[in-house]
Amino acid sequence: MIPGVSITEILTLTSILFFIGVYGFITRKNLISILISVELILNSSVVNFVVINKYLYPEMLQGMVYSIFIIAVAAAETALAVAIIINVYRRLSSVEVRETETMKY
Amino acid sequence: MEKVIFYILAIIMVASAIASVSNRKMLRSVVYLLFVLIGAAGLYFLMDYNFLAAIQLTVYAGGIVVLIIFSVLLIQHIEMELEVAKPARRWFTALLCLLGLSIFLATIYSHPFAVTQTSSTTTVAEIGHALLSFEKGGFILPFEVISVLLLAAMIGAIVIAKGGKEIEPKKPIEDMEFEKILKEAKIKAEEKILEKEATV
Repeated sequence: MIPGVSITEILTLTSILFFIGVYGFITRKNLISILISVELILNSSVVNFVVINKYLYPEMLQGMVYSIFIIAVAAAETALAVAIIINVYRRLSSVEVRETETMKY
Repeated sequence: MEKVIFYILAIIMVASAIASVSNRKMLRSVVYLLFVLIGAAGLYFLMDYNFLAAIQLTVYAGGIVVLIIFSVLLIQHIEMELEVAKPARRWFTALLCLLGLSIFLATIYSHPFAVTQTSSTTTVAEIGHALLSFEKGGFILPFEVISVLLLAAMIGAIVIAKGGKEIEPKKPIEDMEFEKILKEAKIKAEEKILEKEATV
Protein backbone atom coordinates (compact mmCIF):
# COMPACT_ATOMS: atom_id res chain seq x y z
CA MET A 1 0.00 0.00 0.00
CA ILE A 2 1.01 3.60 -0.48
CA PRO A 3 1.86 5.12 2.94
CA GLY A 4 -0.51 7.93 3.85
CA VAL A 5 -2.96 7.31 1.00
CA SER A 6 -6.20 5.49 1.76
CA ILE A 7 -7.96 3.14 -0.64
CA THR A 8 -10.93 5.51 -1.03
CA GLU A 9 -8.73 8.26 -2.48
CA ILE A 10 -7.37 5.99 -5.20
CA LEU A 11 -10.85 4.61 -5.93
CA THR A 12 -12.08 8.21 -6.24
CA LEU A 13 -9.33 8.94 -8.75
CA THR A 14 -10.18 5.87 -10.84
CA SER A 15 -13.92 6.68 -10.75
CA ILE A 16 -13.20 10.19 -12.02
CA LEU A 17 -11.06 8.76 -14.84
CA PHE A 18 -13.77 6.22 -15.69
CA PHE A 19 -16.47 8.86 -16.04
CA ILE A 20 -14.20 11.16 -18.05
CA GLY A 21 -13.82 8.19 -20.41
CA VAL A 22 -17.60 7.68 -20.54
CA TYR A 23 -18.10 11.38 -21.28
CA GLY A 24 -15.63 11.23 -24.17
CA PHE A 25 -17.19 8.01 -25.47
CA ILE A 26 -20.60 9.67 -25.74
CA THR A 27 -19.67 13.14 -26.95
CA ARG A 28 -16.92 12.38 -29.47
CA LYS A 29 -17.89 12.00 -33.12
CA ASN A 30 -14.77 10.33 -34.41
CA LEU A 31 -13.88 6.65 -34.34
CA ILE A 32 -10.31 7.18 -33.14
CA SER A 33 -11.40 9.53 -30.36
CA ILE A 34 -13.91 6.92 -29.22
CA LEU A 35 -11.06 4.39 -29.17
CA ILE A 36 -9.04 6.76 -26.96
CA SER A 37 -11.99 7.07 -24.55
CA VAL A 38 -12.30 3.27 -24.38
CA GLU A 39 -8.61 3.09 -23.47
CA LEU A 40 -9.25 5.55 -20.61
CA ILE A 41 -12.11 3.40 -19.28
CA LEU A 42 -10.07 0.18 -19.52
CA ASN A 43 -7.08 1.78 -17.82
CA SER A 44 -9.12 3.04 -14.89
CA SER A 45 -10.60 -0.44 -14.38
CA VAL A 46 -7.09 -1.95 -14.43
CA VAL A 47 -5.96 0.47 -11.72
CA ASN A 48 -9.04 -0.53 -9.69
CA PHE A 49 -8.11 -4.23 -9.89
CA VAL A 50 -4.55 -3.51 -8.79
CA VAL A 51 -5.55 -1.20 -5.93
CA ILE A 52 -8.08 -3.62 -4.47
CA ASN A 53 -5.54 -6.44 -4.72
CA LYS A 54 -2.88 -4.38 -2.97
CA TYR A 55 -4.99 -2.93 -0.18
CA LEU A 56 -7.33 -5.78 0.70
CA TYR A 57 -5.48 -8.99 -0.24
CA PRO A 58 -1.77 -8.17 -0.49
CA GLU A 59 -0.66 -11.81 -0.38
CA MET A 60 -2.84 -12.83 -3.35
CA LEU A 61 -2.04 -12.43 -7.05
CA GLN A 62 -5.51 -12.53 -8.64
CA GLY A 63 -5.99 -8.82 -9.24
CA MET A 64 -2.55 -8.43 -10.67
CA VAL A 65 -2.85 -11.41 -13.07
CA TYR A 66 -6.26 -10.22 -14.24
CA SER A 67 -4.92 -6.74 -14.87
CA ILE A 68 -2.20 -8.32 -17.04
CA PHE A 69 -4.95 -10.13 -18.96
CA ILE A 70 -6.95 -6.90 -19.33
CA ILE A 71 -3.88 -5.16 -20.74
CA ALA A 72 -3.40 -7.99 -23.27
CA VAL A 73 -7.07 -7.85 -24.31
CA ALA A 74 -6.81 -4.06 -24.64
CA ALA A 75 -3.80 -4.44 -26.93
CA ALA A 76 -5.64 -6.98 -29.12
CA GLU A 77 -8.74 -4.80 -29.21
CA THR A 78 -6.75 -1.73 -30.23
CA ALA A 79 -4.97 -3.59 -33.03
CA LEU A 80 -8.27 -4.87 -34.43
CA ALA A 81 -9.99 -1.51 -34.04
CA VAL A 82 -7.20 0.31 -35.85
CA ALA A 83 -7.36 -2.24 -38.68
CA ILE A 84 -11.12 -1.77 -38.98
CA ILE A 85 -10.82 2.03 -38.87
CA ILE A 86 -8.20 2.04 -41.63
CA ASN A 87 -10.41 -0.22 -43.77
CA VAL A 88 -13.44 2.01 -43.15
CA TYR A 89 -11.37 5.03 -44.12
CA ARG A 90 -10.32 3.31 -47.35
CA ARG A 91 -13.94 2.66 -48.30
CA LEU A 92 -15.62 5.84 -47.11
CA SER A 93 -12.72 8.36 -46.95
CA SER A 94 -13.92 9.35 -43.49
CA VAL A 95 -13.81 8.09 -39.92
CA GLU A 96 -16.79 10.06 -38.62
CA VAL A 97 -19.44 8.06 -36.82
CA ARG A 98 -22.35 9.36 -38.88
CA GLU A 99 -20.72 8.19 -42.12
CA THR A 100 -20.52 4.63 -40.83
CA GLU A 101 -24.15 4.21 -39.88
CA THR A 102 -24.64 1.17 -42.10
CA MET A 103 -22.42 -1.88 -41.91
CA LYS A 104 -23.17 -2.83 -45.52
CA TYR A 105 -20.93 -2.25 -48.48
CA MET B 1 6.42 12.00 0.57
CA GLU B 2 4.39 9.28 -1.14
CA LYS B 3 1.24 11.22 -0.43
CA VAL B 4 2.59 14.28 -2.24
CA ILE B 5 3.70 12.17 -5.20
CA PHE B 6 0.30 10.49 -5.34
CA TYR B 7 -1.53 13.82 -5.41
CA ILE B 8 0.75 15.19 -8.12
CA LEU B 9 0.14 12.05 -10.20
CA ALA B 10 -3.61 12.26 -9.60
CA ILE B 11 -3.77 15.90 -10.71
CA ILE B 12 -1.70 15.14 -13.82
CA MET B 13 -3.90 12.15 -14.68
CA VAL B 14 -7.23 13.92 -14.25
CA ALA B 15 -6.10 17.05 -16.10
CA SER B 16 -4.66 15.01 -18.98
CA ALA B 17 -7.80 12.86 -19.18
CA ILE B 18 -10.04 15.93 -19.40
CA ALA B 19 -7.73 17.46 -22.02
CA SER B 20 -7.73 14.16 -23.91
CA VAL B 21 -11.50 13.99 -24.27
CA SER B 22 -12.03 17.70 -24.93
CA ASN B 23 -9.12 18.64 -27.21
CA ARG B 24 -10.10 19.32 -30.80
CA LYS B 25 -6.83 18.22 -32.35
CA MET B 26 -6.63 14.47 -32.51
CA LEU B 27 -2.87 14.02 -32.18
CA ARG B 28 -2.81 16.15 -29.05
CA SER B 29 -5.54 14.11 -27.44
CA VAL B 30 -3.50 10.94 -28.10
CA VAL B 31 -0.48 12.52 -26.41
CA TYR B 32 -2.63 13.48 -23.41
CA LEU B 33 -3.78 9.85 -23.25
CA LEU B 34 -0.10 8.91 -23.07
CA PHE B 35 0.28 11.14 -19.99
CA VAL B 36 -2.66 9.38 -18.30
CA LEU B 37 -1.13 5.96 -19.00
CA ILE B 38 2.27 7.01 -17.68
CA GLY B 39 0.57 8.37 -14.56
CA ALA B 40 -1.04 4.96 -14.02
CA ALA B 41 2.40 3.37 -14.35
CA GLY B 42 3.62 5.79 -11.68
CA LEU B 43 0.78 4.60 -9.41
CA TYR B 44 1.92 1.00 -9.89
CA PHE B 45 5.48 1.99 -9.00
CA LEU B 46 4.16 3.68 -5.84
CA MET B 47 2.29 0.50 -4.93
CA ASP B 48 5.47 -1.54 -5.38
CA TYR B 49 4.19 -3.49 -8.40
CA ASN B 50 7.25 -3.01 -10.56
CA PHE B 51 6.44 -5.74 -13.07
CA LEU B 52 2.98 -4.35 -13.76
CA ALA B 53 4.39 -0.86 -14.15
CA ALA B 54 6.88 -2.17 -16.70
CA ILE B 55 4.07 -3.92 -18.60
CA GLN B 56 2.01 -0.74 -18.51
CA LEU B 57 4.88 1.30 -19.92
CA THR B 58 5.80 -1.16 -22.67
CA VAL B 59 2.38 -2.38 -23.80
CA TYR B 60 0.18 0.67 -23.23
CA ALA B 61 2.56 3.60 -23.59
CA GLY B 62 4.87 1.90 -26.04
CA GLY B 63 2.49 -0.20 -28.12
CA ILE B 64 -1.07 1.06 -28.04
CA VAL B 65 -0.32 4.77 -28.11
CA VAL B 66 2.12 4.37 -31.00
CA LEU B 67 -0.50 2.31 -32.88
CA ILE B 68 -3.14 5.02 -32.38
CA ILE B 69 -0.70 7.73 -33.44
CA PHE B 70 0.08 5.77 -36.61
CA SER B 71 -3.60 5.45 -37.43
CA VAL B 72 -4.15 9.18 -36.82
CA LEU B 73 -1.28 10.04 -39.14
CA LEU B 74 -2.56 7.62 -41.79
CA ILE B 75 -6.09 8.91 -41.65
CA GLN B 76 -6.01 12.64 -41.45
CA HIS B 77 -3.99 15.80 -41.41
CA ILE B 78 -2.44 16.79 -38.12
CA GLU B 79 -3.93 20.23 -38.13
CA MET B 80 -7.47 19.15 -38.95
CA GLU B 81 -9.92 20.06 -36.21
CA LEU B 82 -12.54 17.64 -35.01
CA GLU B 83 -16.18 18.49 -34.91
CA VAL B 84 -17.71 18.35 -31.47
CA ALA B 85 -21.19 17.53 -30.27
CA LYS B 86 -23.80 20.20 -29.70
CA PRO B 87 -23.36 22.13 -26.43
CA ALA B 88 -26.73 20.99 -25.09
CA ARG B 89 -25.78 17.37 -25.65
CA ARG B 90 -22.37 17.92 -24.05
CA TRP B 91 -23.85 19.50 -20.95
CA PHE B 92 -26.44 16.75 -20.67
CA THR B 93 -23.73 14.08 -20.90
CA ALA B 94 -21.55 15.87 -18.37
CA LEU B 95 -24.50 16.06 -16.00
CA LEU B 96 -25.21 12.35 -16.40
CA CYS B 97 -21.55 11.53 -15.80
CA LEU B 98 -21.49 13.68 -12.66
CA LEU B 99 -24.59 11.86 -11.44
CA GLY B 100 -22.96 8.48 -12.02
CA LEU B 101 -19.76 9.68 -10.37
CA SER B 102 -21.65 10.85 -7.30
CA ILE B 103 -23.35 7.45 -7.02
CA PHE B 104 -19.97 5.74 -7.31
CA LEU B 105 -18.41 8.00 -4.68
CA ALA B 106 -21.34 7.55 -2.30
CA THR B 107 -20.92 3.78 -2.60
CA ILE B 108 -17.15 3.94 -2.15
CA TYR B 109 -17.26 6.19 0.90
CA SER B 110 -20.04 4.25 2.61
CA HIS B 111 -18.47 0.82 2.10
CA PRO B 112 -16.26 -0.35 4.99
CA PHE B 113 -13.08 -1.62 3.35
CA ALA B 114 -11.21 -4.16 5.45
CA VAL B 115 -7.78 -2.76 4.66
CA THR B 116 -4.95 -4.93 5.88
CA GLN B 117 -1.87 -3.29 7.30
CA THR B 118 0.52 -5.99 6.15
CA SER B 119 2.47 -5.12 3.08
CA SER B 120 4.25 -7.69 0.98
CA THR B 121 6.37 -7.27 -2.10
CA THR B 122 5.45 -9.39 -5.11
CA THR B 123 8.39 -10.65 -7.06
CA VAL B 124 8.36 -11.43 -10.77
CA ALA B 125 9.15 -15.09 -10.00
CA GLU B 126 5.92 -15.44 -7.99
CA ILE B 127 3.89 -14.01 -10.87
CA GLY B 128 5.54 -16.38 -13.32
CA HIS B 129 4.85 -19.39 -11.10
CA ALA B 130 1.21 -18.32 -10.65
CA LEU B 131 0.75 -17.83 -14.39
CA LEU B 132 2.06 -21.26 -15.29
CA SER B 133 0.95 -23.44 -12.40
CA PHE B 134 -1.54 -26.29 -12.83
CA GLU B 135 -2.51 -26.39 -9.15
CA LYS B 136 -5.41 -24.72 -7.41
CA GLY B 137 -5.21 -20.98 -7.95
CA GLY B 138 -2.98 -21.35 -11.00
CA PHE B 139 -3.64 -19.41 -14.18
CA ILE B 140 -2.44 -21.77 -16.89
CA LEU B 141 -5.81 -21.93 -18.70
CA PRO B 142 -6.42 -18.16 -18.98
CA PHE B 143 -2.79 -17.75 -19.95
CA GLU B 144 -3.16 -20.15 -22.88
CA VAL B 145 -6.51 -18.64 -23.86
CA ILE B 146 -4.98 -15.17 -23.94
CA SER B 147 -2.15 -16.41 -26.15
CA VAL B 148 -4.68 -17.88 -28.63
CA LEU B 149 -6.61 -14.60 -28.47
CA LEU B 150 -3.50 -12.59 -29.30
CA LEU B 151 -2.73 -14.88 -32.25
CA ALA B 152 -6.32 -14.57 -33.52
CA ALA B 153 -6.21 -10.78 -33.12
CA MET B 154 -2.94 -10.59 -35.02
CA ILE B 155 -4.21 -12.66 -37.96
CA GLY B 156 -7.54 -10.83 -37.93
CA ALA B 157 -5.86 -7.43 -37.97
CA ILE B 158 -3.72 -8.45 -40.94
CA VAL B 159 -6.71 -9.85 -42.87
CA ILE B 160 -8.92 -6.84 -42.17
CA ALA B 161 -6.31 -4.18 -42.87
CA LYS B 162 -5.11 -5.86 -46.06
CA GLY B 163 -8.61 -5.70 -47.51
CA GLY B 164 -10.19 -8.06 -50.02
CA LYS B 165 -10.96 -7.48 -53.69
CA GLU B 166 -12.49 -4.14 -54.44
CA ILE B 167 -16.20 -4.65 -54.82
CA GLU B 168 -17.69 -3.10 -57.97
CA PRO B 169 -20.98 -1.35 -57.40
CA LYS B 170 -23.77 -3.36 -59.01
CA LYS B 171 -25.59 -1.67 -61.87
CA PRO B 172 -29.30 -1.22 -61.31
CA ILE B 173 -31.54 -3.61 -63.26
CA GLU B 174 -33.26 -0.83 -65.22
CA ASP B 175 -29.92 0.27 -66.61
CA MET B 176 -29.15 -3.28 -67.74
CA GLU B 177 -32.51 -3.65 -69.51
CA PHE B 178 -32.06 -0.33 -71.19
CA GLU B 179 -28.65 -1.40 -72.42
CA LYS B 180 -30.13 -4.66 -73.77
CA ILE B 181 -32.77 -2.78 -75.76
CA LEU B 182 -30.13 -0.40 -77.05
CA LYS B 183 -27.98 -3.32 -78.19
CA GLU B 184 -30.87 -5.02 -80.00
CA ALA B 185 -31.79 -1.76 -81.74
CA LYS B 186 -28.20 -1.35 -82.83
CA ILE B 187 -28.06 -4.89 -84.27
CA LYS B 188 -31.34 -4.33 -86.14
CA ALA B 189 -30.08 -1.05 -87.58
CA GLU B 190 -26.87 -2.73 -88.75
CA GLU B 191 -28.88 -5.54 -90.38
CA LYS B 192 -31.04 -2.97 -92.20
CA ILE B 193 -27.95 -1.17 -93.45
CA LEU B 194 -26.53 -4.48 -94.67
CA GLU B 195 -29.83 -5.31 -96.47
CA LYS B 196 -29.85 -1.89 -98.13
CA GLU B 197 -26.25 -2.36 -99.29
CA ALA B 198 -27.16 -5.80 -100.64
CA THR B 199 -30.15 -4.41 -102.64
CA VAL B 200 -28.00 -1.58 -103.99
